Amino acid sequence: MQDIQIEPVLTVEAVPEELQADAKGVSLRDVTKKYGSFAAVQNITLDVPAGSYTCLLGPSGCGKTTTMRMIAGHEDISEGDIYIGETRINGIPATQRNTAMMFQNYALFPHKTVWDNVDFGLKMRGMTKADRHYRVGEMLEVVGLSGFSDRKPAQLSGGQQQRVALARALVTRPQVLMLDEPLSALDESLRVKTRGELRKLQRQFGMTFIQVTHNQDEAYSLSDQIVVMDHGRVDQVGTPAEIFSKPLSKFVARFTGDNNIFPGTVTSAVQDTNGQLIQLDIPALGTLLCLGDYAQVGTEAACCIRADLMQIKSLADAETSVCGPATNRLTARITAVEFTGYVTRVSLVLERSGVEVLYKARTPDWLTTTFEEGQVVVLDWAAADCVFLPH
Amino acid sequence: MSETWKTLKPYALITPQTLVFLLFLVFPILMIGVVSFWEFNGYSMTPAFTLANYQGILTDVTFKTYLNTFKFLEMVWLATLLIGYPVAYFLAFHVPKLEWQILLFLVCTIPFWTSNIIRMISWVPLLGREGLVNQMFMGVGLIQQPMEFLLYSDFAVVLGMVHLYIIFMIAPIFNSLMRIERSLVTAAEDLGASGLQVFKEVILPLSAPGIAIGSIFIVTLVMGEFVTVRLMGGGQSASVGKLIQTQIGSLQYPLAAANAIVLLVVTMLIIVSILRVLDIRKEL
Repeated sequence: MQDIQIEPVLTVEAVPEELQADAKGVSLRDVTKKYGSFAAVQNITLDVPAGSYTCLLGPSGCGKTTTMRMIAGHEDISEGDIYIGETRINGIPATQRNTAMMFQNYALFPHKTVWDNVDFGLKMRGMTKADRHYRVGEMLEVVGLSGFSDRKPAQLSGGQQQRVALARALVTRPQVLMLDEPLSALDESLRVKTRGELRKLQRQFGMTFIQVTHNQDEAYSLSDQIVVMDHGRVDQVGTPAEIFSKPLSKFVARFTGDNNIFPGTVTSAVQDTNGQLIQLDIPALGTLLCLGDYAQVGTEAACCIRADLMQIKSLADAETSVCGPATNRLTARITAVEFTGYVTRVSLVLERSGVEVLYKARTPDWLTTTFEEGQVVVLDWAAADCVFLPH
Repeated sequence: MSETWKTLKPYALITPQTLVFLLFLVFPILMIGVVSFWEFNGYSMTPAFTLANYQGILTDVTFKTYLNTFKFLEMVWLATLLIGYPVAYFLAFHVPKLEWQILLFLVCTIPFWTSNIIRMISWVPLLGREGLVNQMFMGVGLIQQPMEFLLYSDFAVVLGMVHLYIIFMIAPIFNSLMRIERSLVTAAEDLGASGLQVFKEVILPLSAPGIAIGSIFIVTLVMGEFVTVRLMGGGQSASVGKLIQTQIGSLQYPLAAANAIVLLVVTMLIIVSILRVLDIRKEL
């Protein structure tokens, strides 16, 4: 399946009204999953709105897949409750939860044809042959695979296999669809296209989608809501924009973007128009100013600045430009310049603390400057752009 | 490197293998085929082309012997499948760790660390008239007379063969079960299949090639059997293999050769019919 081909991606033109879902939200209340003494998921409380596209985002081993498997009914819940709509589903078998799952690598039955794969769920539910025939045909039409019903999965391309997997999951008309890393088996260019189609499909079906992913781009582009998870806990829940521009913990700041993170101690917090102007004492570096909702003086915390929100200046320019009261300024030595297309990534080492930081510039802007590796420069950034991280 | 050598290289590489096959497989079979048409008397064989040997074996006795061999085959096949499949299934799906799976599989092979004959003979003290089983049942008072059918009977022959060959059924089935992606089982359950439906719809069809390969092993091994039949049957049981061996023993080589050719053809026909039902290509 590695051969290069122009792939007709999902052509979801019109989804018949009868296929549009009666979407239900999902709620988790203090859900814990234990394997022996190890807690894979700890006290998760989470609301997935009906008809939303929610991504569980985190590194491997963060508990995102376990959480999804508990919702789908493939894993017992150790503690807590899960609701789909108003119904508590603890202990209800997977098949009666009105959920469906699309598996990583699709898990298509290799010995069955496309038709029989899609038909499987209906057949297991004991539906009559005539009903099944109608619904399978209709679903294959929707995903644009009508002509492929006699093929075996091995005779299909990766993108086509994914559509069979989707059709198989959707044909039972679930209220919630769970997707386990659905794009990881596709190559890069197809992944971006399929991503858009998945989003479109979710909108047209009006179904609640819960997706597990470790890829922040995927989460940003697909979700209405992102749930960032780490070590079995929910770190932050928010819209993609919130997660990107206002991380609440060091982990989220590190995982979701190119942030420079400075851990330190809160030395003062002053109420400002947009929140609190917080002063942090960073070991070996000095004082940094940042903006946050609330900080307790004396606590250990951190602040972060996105690599693209800093300004880079030569020492001479820095002397002439005024450094305002709400601006942070540090000197650093450029150690490497990496061209990655539209963006140029500049690695620097802070003169005072020896900590490595990252600066990102638009390549056209960078090309107008004369900075070079080894040069000592000044990095300025506004306190308003510097995000306070309570955890 | 010259063009000629490039063209010749693949042929050169396959030559040793081909020679071994020709010398040790094709040539002997051809030889048997040729001899099966020779004339013979009590003292000597003469090269000839006669169908007398084939006519000679087309008797009621041969026919009955074939029927008896088929009976053994059927029972051994059924027993190895019915015992072997659950064993393989347990190893593949219910033993959680790979190390344990390998270890337990090795345990299955322990009987094969000794020779066939010793394994067969060791049944005697267990199953004989004065053997452990009879002694025990009589001691408990379940039976008054020793059970005769335990040893030197068709039952004993089948028991011996199942003991000898069951690993050839377990191994390929285990192999094909291990190749089944576990997510397929979860997917089937997610789509509403019950335990039995998962087995019938997913696991059984995907392990069918393993069953086919195991069955081919059993067919070839049982059809040619004579040692077990002799040792465990005690002269009471007959099989084609034993018939051929008896003919060789009485120096009726052309007759034995004709019998061997017929046996070969029959065995091949059974294998072909297995392959027509079950596709094993993806397993190879």
